[in-house]
Amino acid sequence: MIWLTWRQFRPQAIAAAGAIAVVAIVLATTRQGLAASYTAAGLSACHGHCATDASLFLDRVGNLDHVLFFGSVLLLVAAPALIGLFWGAPLIAREIEAGTHRIAWNQSVTRTRWTLVKLGLIGLAAIATAALLSLMVTWWASPIDAASLAGGAAQAAAAGGNGAHVTFSGFAEARLDPVIFDARGVAPLGDAAIAFALGVTAGVLLRRMLSAMAVTLLAFVAIQVLMPNFVRPHLLPPAHFTAPMNIQHQQISTNAGSGLSTIQLAGSFNKPGAWVLSDTVITPSGAQSPDVVVTPAGPELTVLPKACLPTPGFGINGAECTSALSALHLRQSVSYQPASRFWPLQWIETGIYLVLAAGLGWVCVWQVRRRRTP
Amino acid sequence: MTNVNPAIEARGLGKRYGHRWALADCTLAIPAGHVAGLVGPNGAGKTTLISLATGMLAPTTGAIEVLGGPPASGPGQLARVGYVAQDTPTYAGLSVADHLRLGAHLNPGWDAGLARRRIEQLSLDPKQKAGRLSGGQRAQLALTLALAKRPELLILDEPIASLDPVARREFLQVLMHVTAEQELSVVMSSHLVADLERVADYLVVLVASRVRIDGEVDDLLATHHLLTGPRRAAATLPASQQVITDSHAGRQSTFLVRSSEPVIDPAWAVEPVSLEDLVLAYMGHESGSLQDQRLEVHQ
Repeated sequence: MIWLTWRQFRPQAIAAAGAIAVVAIVLATTRQGLAASYTAAGLSACHGHCATDASLFLDRVGNLDHVLFFGSVLLLVAAPALIGLFWGAPLIAREIEAGTHRIAWNQSVTRTRWTLVKLGLIGLAAIATAALLSLMVTWWASPIDAASLAGGAAQAAAAGGNGAHVTFSGFAEARLDPVIFDARGVAPLGDAAIAFALGVTAGVLLRRMLSAMAVTLLAFVAIQVLMPNFVRPHLLPPAHFTAPMNIQHQQISTNAGSGLSTIQLAGSFNKPGAWVLSDTVITPSGAQSPDVVVTPAGPELTVLPKACLPTPGFGINGAECTSALSALHLRQSVSYQPASRFWPLQWIETGIYLVLAAGLGWVCVWQVRRRRTP
Repeated sequence: MTNVNPAIEARGLGKRYGHRWALADCTLAIPAGHVAGLVGPNGAGKTTLISLATGMLAPTTGAIEVLGGPPASGPGQLARVGYVAQDTPTYAGLSVADHLRLGAHLNPGWDAGLARRRIEQLSLDPKQKAGRLSGGQRAQLALTLALAKRPELLILDEPIASLDPVARREFLQVLMHVTAEQELSVVMSSHLVADLERVADYLVVLVASRVRIDGEVDDLLATHHLLTGPRRAAATLPASQQVITDSHAGRQSTFLVRSSEPVIDPAWAVEPVSLEDLVLAYMGHESGSLQDQRLEVHQ
């Protein structure tokens, strides 16, 4: 059974090995430059407060490396989907479609064993492929990840003014960022396992390879949307941070058209590598302040205390305005997953996917056992 | 044959798809040691019966046992039954040699020598992909795969339906040869009586999802007679003569009767019946004439 499984899988295995080799060559040849630039920025020698060096390094990351950084993320999101589509969905559906299950199920091997060996071996191959890719990409991106974690991304954001540069680079949230998370560590292994199991199950249930592939893709995309948005934030109870808003450096700006004045507020939340789930300004009652709107530049107070409104001829009394703002007792309330939760979240999510995949595998065995197709 | 269990034994066996019964109330015992033909028009339930016998289908009612065990119930049971499915499927992407390797890996009783000899006799190129074989070669490969696992019972579902006459004859020759060589029971379905006539010594006629008649070919031929004589109604025949078909033309009547006793009425011209006529008679409606049925089936 092992021989047959391998023999049938051979073309796909060769294709995958070729793809992995290409990725390995590209990453290996480009990483030298990245590592050299990391050293040149002084980061390898830096201990403690390295945010400045880190931001220097991140600013110097070239265009090609940017493309590779996001390309490798895309690769690790796409690879499990491809595994589900081209390894999972056809595994049993193709046999039923071609009628060859009538050969396979009439050798001296029970269907249970036939299904288990197929699922086990190709499932392991799927997980191993994802592991290899994740290992290579994690290694390649380690200078960028380390610099982001050192606070370089946050500092680069501050230096960039409105954060446009950082939005482009995406380095801000580091490994816990929902986009990056699935391309690092053990998460790709779980993704590959669940995508493969979805593919096989869809194939067994639908018995048509093409429809199974379509359903697999839809289901996998749904999982990839649901997990980071609705499940992962709650896998561990989020940490909370609240602190008074920083009002020392208020800057009052007046919209020339509407004549409305606003004050830019600054929070003091600064935890490099944290995954911010929500960031709000609250009043002493704990409710979200209705007078604060969040703009790309940060929260802005739109309804100003009287003392902060400029009076014609006199300007603003800075001290009175500050004390009036203090009297509002506005606080920043942040709910977040700290950077240290990266590995616990990785293991929990991968564990969930592996358990789900095993459950789907059981469904496949059960369906093949009871499936009676002439 | 050392096996005392019937090759296939069914009791009240039925299979329903939605509202349609593909096989209903099927009770039969095909003894081991025979080449049994399963014959009937298309849609009569032959494939359903065979699928039930190979465990590819589960019965809706009743029970079926193959060589005394439930079909496909475990590796041991699977090893005892060889199956050549309809349209003789093979793995298109695998070579002939790969198929033999597959058989060797999946069957503990695999007879590698037999498989190799058969491939040589058929002059198949072991490196040839099965997808590139002709229909006849593919059927032969599927048969080799089923034979080399050394089953006690070989089940074939219309193995030659899609083959040309030459390939059909070759396939049947090989089948007759190996059944004589190996101690092997065979159950083979076909909608063409002529194919079975050459190999089968036991016959099951399946019509409209029911078994119409089954028995050893010699017994069937010995107990069926074609009677021709002056016109008379079927009801006037003795009770020992079961009328299968009757046809009346002018002042003459023709009856196909089943009777375990010899027919000695001098009014009748008694002729033996050919297997094909016998089967066609059972396939036909009670009132249909032999001639019409034959035309219908040949079309």
